[in-house]
Amino acid sequence: MMKYESQAVAKPYFIAAIALFVGQVLFGLILATQYLIGDFLFPEIPFNVARMVHTNLLIIWLLFGFMGASYFLVPEESERELYSPKLAIILFWTFLIASVLTVLGYLLVPYSGLAAMTGNDIWPTMGREFLEQPTITKIGIVIVVLGFIFNIGMTVLSGRKTVISIVLLTGLVGLAVFFLFAFYNPVNLVLDKFFWWWVIHLWVEGVWELILGAILAFVLIKVTGVDREVIEKWLYVIIAMALISGVIGTGHHYFFIGTPEYWLWLGSIFSALEPIPFFMMTLFAFNMVSRRRRDHPNKAAVLWALGTAVLAFVGAGVWGFMHTLAPVNYYTHGSQITAAHGHLAFFGAYALIVMTIISYAMPIIRGQVAGSETTQRWEKWAFWLMASSMVTITLALTGAGVLQVWLQRMAEEPMSFMATQDSIAFFYWLRLAAGIVFTMGLFVYVASFFVGQKEPPRSITTE
Amino acid sequence: MSERFTKSMARNIYLGGGVFSLLLFFSLSYHTLGVLPERDNRHNITPEVALGKKVWEDNNCVGCHTILGEGAYFAPELGNVYTRFGNSTEAIIGFIESRPAEGVPGRRSMPQFNLTREELVGIAEFLKWTSEIDTNNWPPNIEG
Repeated sequence: MMKYESQAVAKPYFIAAIALFVGQVLFGLILATQYLIGDFLFPEIPFNVARMVHTNLLIIWLLFGFMGASYFLVPEESERELYSPKLAIILFWTFLIASVLTVLGYLLVPYSGLAAMTGNDIWPTMGREFLEQPTITKIGIVIVVLGFIFNIGMTVLSGRKTVISIVLLTGLVGLAVFFLFAFYNPVNLVLDKFFWWWVIHLWVEGVWELILGAILAFVLIKVTGVDREVIEKWLYVIIAMALISGVIGTGHHYFFIGTPEYWLWLGSIFSALEPIPFFMMTLFAFNMVSRRRRDHPNKAAVLWALGTAVLAFVGAGVWGFMHTLAPVNYYTHGSQITAAHGHLAFFGAYALIVMTIISYAMPIIRGQVAGSETTQRWEKWAFWLMASSMVTITLALTGAGVLQVWLQRMAEEPMSFMATQDSIAFFYWLRLAAGIVFTMGLFVYVASFFVGQKEPPRSITTE
Repeated sequence: MSERFTKSMARNIYLGGGVFSLLLFFSLSYHTLGVLPERDNRHNITPEVALGKKVWEDNNCVGCHTILGEGAYFAPELGNVYTRFGNSTEAIIGFIESRPAEGVPGRRSMPQFNLTREELVGIAEFLKWTSEIDTNNWPPNIEG
């Protein structure tokens, strides 16, 4: 069923992505519980350790997903086999082993011990949010990503060059380049923060949007049969708006960390435009599906794709805009509002795009055009369970955030941080309950790969 | 999208807009780096402050706390903890030192990190220095 044999190297990447996603969510449940029962698993797994595992697993599984997506779609776009399937497999095991060892290090060794053990004194890069990995792990990430980009680049450049593959490659190169700032950790905290955002913001609100756009465009071409010219035009406009709004939009992180006042204006104005590319992505996805020229039997993949477009817009776009203007952010900065936005943005944009490509690609890798009726029914259940519970988590955290901001920062007699936390516990219970539903949805998702395997395969019908 | 708006026009907006945005961002960053010394209080970065930042990182403090609003939202903001603790580095040291190793039943509690006196002074000096950064008046009040 695959056009090129080497596309199959995507499979282990997708499996690893889903397995690590399960790990991420289980640690999310631990964190949600610790918000309510402060000494839960203390001192064995303190909050900071569980959070590090939660966020790092997220980054790692998304990277596995992006890599799998690239290995699957690039041969098809380039109309040739992957430059080196063997390298892809070697890098897979290298990345997986390094990731697992790092997470075990977090869990089994006190963090300061891990820092000492891995030579953080020689080149300190640890202990910064999302970049907690030991320096040697970071070096490992660079090696894996460079090898991956080499493999993808050689395939793209020696094959048919499409807008999708070039945009994808540009996004991946950007990902590698901006990650290098993770190695710069000056003693001056303001400088440290300034360049830390060059990794974090220029990833998720910059080059990752190129990767997202390329994968979405690929899946839409496949499931709708709409003319490539039309889809590529949309892709260009979307990523143009992403960069025009998002690059200077970095300024919305430069409001209160010691950087000059003009960022209050620049950051507010440009980041206020950041919902535009996401809104266009929603228009794009619905437009293409309504103009479809074929009825692809993989209805689940269409649902994941539309879900990505909608929830990326709501999570990244709307929930981002809500607190991006400097006068608002003055009160909401570093509150549960930030956590609310973070959850729906990462889920809507990045978790869902990875599940979209998996939904499209996995049946093909396994020798079918689309999953069976049963498989797809389970996938759709998983989608709705996860999407609705993540929206609930976001609403709960938003409720917590609004109250927190009010009690702690706006009231005439502001309450202390901990007193405020006690007052908003109701919303944390709501979040934990929704988290449990999300976990059930994730198990349904995992199960969807095992059910309905004996039903007859399906084929494409053209309208 | 309309037929008159061609793919090559879209590509030019992407390339032009992207390159222009990056160049503008790099220029603004260059300017920011030039004026930062007036705001970031760097002349007060002593060896103690530098050690303190290292202790901060080696113990993953940002995994629970925010500092200037960035980090985790499980424990109080520490960018202004020096002022919240009555402009006292000793109060900060006393708090960190006195955390119970087994935690507090049912409550959030900071782990006992068993820091040396030198490390404790470092972290307190680092937090004092941080509280003196010009943050455009953030946080809104003493509670952080």
